[in-house]
Amino acid sequence: MSRVRVLVGTRKGAFILSSDGKRKDWSVAGPHFAGWEIYHLKGSPVDPNRIYASQTSGWFGQVMQRSDDGGATWNPIGNQFVYDGVPGTHQWYDGTAHPWEFKRVWHIEPSLICPDTLYAGAEDAALFHSTDGGVSWQELSGLRKHGTGPAWQPGAGGMCLHSILLDPGNPERIFIAISAAGAFRTDDGGKTWKPINRGLHSKYIPDPTAAVGHCVHHIAMHPSRPGTLFMQKHWDVMRSDDAGENWTRISGNLPTDFGFVIDVHAHEPETLYVVPIKSDSEHFPIDGQLRVYRSRGGGNEWESLTKGLPQSNCYVNVLRDAMAVDSLDSCGVYFGTTGGQVYVSPDAGDTWQAIVHDLPAVLSIEVQTLP
Amino acid sequence: MSSTVRVELPANLCLLAGVHYGVDISLDGPVTQRTILDTLETAYPMLRGTIRDYTTQQRRAFIRFFACEQDLSHAAPDDSVPDAVAQGREPFLIIGAIAGG
Repeated sequence: MSRVRVLVGTRKGAFILSSDGKRKDWSVAGPHFAGWEIYHLKGSPVDPNRIYASQTSGWFGQVMQRSDDGGATWNPIGNQFVYDGVPGTHQWYDGTAHPWEFKRVWHIEPSLICPDTLYAGAEDAALFHSTDGGVSWQELSGLRKHGTGPAWQPGAGGMCLHSILLDPGNPERIFIAISAAGAFRTDDGGKTWKPINRGLHSKYIPDPTAAVGHCVHHIAMHPSRPGTLFMQKHWDVMRSDDAGENWTRISGNLPTDFGFVIDVHAHEPETLYVVPIKSDSEHFPIDGQLRVYRSRGGGNEWESLTKGLPQSNCYVNVLRDAMAVDSLDSCGVYFGTTGGQVYVSPDAGDTWQAIVHDLPAVLSIEVQTLP
Repeated sequence: MSSTVRVELPANLCLLAGVHYGVDISLDGPVTQRTILDTLETAYPMLRGTIRDYTTQQRRAFIRFFACEQDLSHAAPDDSVPDAVAQGREPFLIIGAIAGG
């Protein structure tokens, strides 16, 4: 029987939750790297026992870790992230020019074809690349240097490159997203990049339809349709059917279209999940009711999923990398909260149960479906 | 002349380095902040970048160096540390600065 391994990054360490295909009974391992912020963990699709982790601290900086045995043991790998050339400046909160400064790795994306190749999305925004299992890192600086970099500015959480999507059918094509710059695409393996933000409207920037400056919170893709992208923006849920060239709003009947996470069902490329959050100033669910919303038609028409989720006095947030799906026959959906709960739905969102209640604030969730 | 210096680390770095509380390191030649940290990082390469910036070698903002009831954080990296540290009678303390409530 297949099984699942859920990789949970939290404010105070990493946890690994394991279950068989029923996803009813769970074992919990951790904390790994206790006391450190674990922004993200992700396993190699080629070798699931190869897992990478971003371990960070305001005091001690960035550490990267690698496990070659499914998370049982870990070893530090390279943590030298150096911007290519003179880093230059981006916009600071007050509009002044501010030098690029490396702070941390928000997201790790292992290659779809090689366990030693991976990408790291950094704050201040940049994309790094390793081809030696994370021992050394090189910046793909065409992104930062393509021309609009000086106009990028940090969102409230920092100027982070938080989303990396690899096109399964075209190894030269990568999508990334930055808060607050927007979405970008390369079609030549990272040498050159273009902003892909046409159709986004952000009233919190001087030109609401500017080419860059949008606070994109997360982007998602179904691997069978790499030309179709879904986006949770600061406000607005969006989709593109032409690899990001044009975006349309699909918020439809959502009670609020502010939020952080968005994901796609493993077997139904038009089934989407979001967790609406009340507003940019009130980062919690409306009316204290934690609700996942599902669209089975690619957006616009959304249904509320509440069975098993707290429907009173719930004031947690669900951060941008804290939702994932497994690929078992009945697609499992997972998300983690700033209150330390990790929820699973083994039936594509119809019912939910808490795997754990009291972890530190959850920063990220990834799921591995194992034989 | 060879010296053995006791270096005490904050808990997060002990966890990272796989040591308990601190380490003893042996140095040949002058005992300074720089030689202590160079020797420490050679013995425990996973600590590189966690105490000093990788590129500039500047002390990270929220790290402090204490010894003999003195704050040595702002001393020049090539200044000698107190004799009691160089002679192994007092530890060289690497501290995570107090920040927050």
